[in-house]
Amino acid sequence: MRIGRRSFLKTCAVLGATGAARALPASGPAAGAIAGADEGIGVLVDTTRCLGCRSCEVACAESNRLPEPDRLGDDTVFDAHRETSERQLTVVNRSRAPGEPRYAKSQCLHCIVPACASACPVKALDKTAAGPVVYHEDRCIGCRYCMIACPFDVPKYEYDRAVPYVRKCTMCPSRLADGKPPACVEACPGGALEFGKRSTLLAEARRRMYAPGSTYVPTIYGEHEAGGTSWLYISDRPLESFGFPQDAGETPRFETTRGALGAVPFVVTLWPPLLMGLYTASRRRADVAAAEGAPGEENGHE
Amino acid sequence: MSESSPAFADRLFLGATAREYARGLLTPGNLAIAGILAVGLPVLAYRFAFGLGAATHLSQQSPWGLWIGFDMLCGMALAAGGYTLAAAVYMFGLKEYRPVVRAAILTGFLGYVFAVIGLLCDLGQPWRIPYPLVYSWGTTSVMFEVGWCVALYTSVLALEFLPAFFEWLGWTTPLRLLGKIELGAIVLGIVLSTLHQSSLGSLFLMAPGKLHPLWYSPYLPVFFFVSSIAAGLAMVIVESRISHRLFHDRTEPARRVDVDRIALGLGRAAAVVLFAYVFLRLQGVAEAGAWRELATPWGAWWLVEVGGFALVPSFIFAYGSRHALIGAVRTAALLAIVGVVLNRINVSIIALHWKNPLVYVPSWMEIVGSVTIVTLGVVTFRWIVNRMPILSGRGSALPSTR
Repeated sequence: MRIGRRSFLKTCAVLGATGAARALPASGPAAGAIAGADEGIGVLVDTTRCLGCRSCEVACAESNRLPEPDRLGDDTVFDAHRETSERQLTVVNRSRAPGEPRYAKSQCLHCIVPACASACPVKALDKTAAGPVVYHEDRCIGCRYCMIACPFDVPKYEYDRAVPYVRKCTMCPSRLADGKPPACVEACPGGALEFGKRSTLLAEARRRMYAPGSTYVPTIYGEHEAGGTSWLYISDRPLESFGFPQDAGETPRFETTRGALGAVPFVVTLWPPLLMGLYTASRRRADVAAAEGAPGEENGHE
Repeated sequence: MSESSPAFADRLFLGATAREYARGLLTPGNLAIAGILAVGLPVLAYRFAFGLGAATHLSQQSPWGLWIGFDMLCGMALAAGGYTLAAAVYMFGLKEYRPVVRAAILTGFLGYVFAVIGLLCDLGQPWRIPYPLVYSWGTTSVMFEVGWCVALYTSVLALEFLPAFFEWLGWTTPLRLLGKIELGAIVLGIVLSTLHQSSLGSLFLMAPGKLHPLWYSPYLPVFFFVSSIAAGLAMVIVESRISHRLFHDRTEPARRVDVDRIALGLGRAAAVVLFAYVFLRLQGVAEAGAWRELATPWGAWWLVEVGGFALVPSFIFAYGSRHALIGAVRTAALLAIVGVVLNRINVSIIALHWKNPLVYVPSWMEIVGSVTIVTLGVVTFRWIVNRMPILSGRGSALPSTR
């Protein structure tokens, strides 16, 4: 009998926790509905205009005081897919699709609701009102949760240093403050990179895509990926052929933890009274048992 | 407490002189420990001097390795006996488990302290560990919540452990003060544990495209919370057995505890919790629509974890506790511990990068570092149990447990 009641209470406790987690559906504003998102700045990458010259890589390295990109002027660099690294914040890759070679640079896509910024316990990664996702290295503790969270695997870590930092493209915030475009955009000789307001870029992307005789694949990579990004890509080859992830989904990563984080206040407010109720009940039971001198009750008297 | 108040040195050296005590330390077990520390402590020093890249196999593709997967996640799950037993004894009034509460709380306290030491090894800039508490609040982050809860709960565990420390020193005034806040500390401890044991699972909600669908689920926080209860119960069964065997002379004959009977009772609870856990995991597969994945090699690995190390121990627990087969219950406890360790390693390392062609294998220095941290924990546990009233069957003075 007693066992029955106890297991019942245990079951209640477990169910309570389950219920608290389930009671909060993860729902939020749809990706496009984030206020002001399209008014931020961004860059439109048109891969049909990219020459694969890697001027953007060189400009990026100079602007961020990083070592010169490897194998400059050597086309074998395109034979294998390259990832950005802590020393190369942008890299140009060649499409694996057949036909005329096509190139696309990759770098941080500057999400509208960035996973890295949602994940950072110290706000070292932060989305600015203007658009760029910037990094405050004076705050970073080096937990590398941003690297787990980023759906595009953008943040890279300086494992080789005793005092390491996260490195990723920050869209040249000091240049933006001076009214200049990011270094890579300024360096691009082919007009493949266009800097501007996100809403303008989206309109321009659609204009090119739906122009007569257009060969573009009818999707804008970054329009909805992970809730939308400030960098947008259009191409006449499938974007996965450049190595861009196709499993980013259309909701910001923040939505996945909204329910769990939302349950915290409920646990904090509901658990103590529940536990105190249990305590009072078990104490009363012990008192009654003591008053009746029940021989069945164990006692561990001091 | 003993009536006489021996000198502090006597307490420290267990009544021997310093020289006798030092000579008594020369045992084969201690030499093995000294050997581990002689290799391990320089390895940890090397990691701090030359960085993570020099000491570990962490990479841009696998940013989290053994020190997060094992030291942090397993350490905290296996330290869950502290809150589980505190809840059972103080809140549910199951006072027959009171004799093992202190040991469970000490295991919990040291488990957390050494998990945090593991975290310090892993953080790129460990000296900034207080930043989420005092410098910059990333309130949207699950990691932020985990950090706060772990910091607070480790403090609460220290408060829950302190009575044994003060009894050892014979300080009655702080003991009385602690008695006044004990109930609050226990409630706070359970609340904080509920939060962060589940949030350690919530951390991986951010990686839906990376974690294999058999492991990824919106119920990850529930999985982590429920399995931490199972891990806590299993650890108390194993730890109480080992402690009461090794430290037999530390328990007063009049208070000798029937650990076998306690283990049978805990085994019954563990059977129910693990069985519920297996069903929750199945619900996770249903939710993800991932039944077909069970036919893949990843599915086989999932079945090893959930079938072999959760369902099987659940049945053994049930059978063993029903038929008073203490050996079966202990076997089940060991299996369940392996199961929870497997789960944490799977979620944080193996199944997290299942699409990644590069497989992370920890470096020898990472393994030695983890072994060193566990060894330090065991040595500290032994040092405290040998001195303070942990196993003597005492507990709190809370009225419900008198």
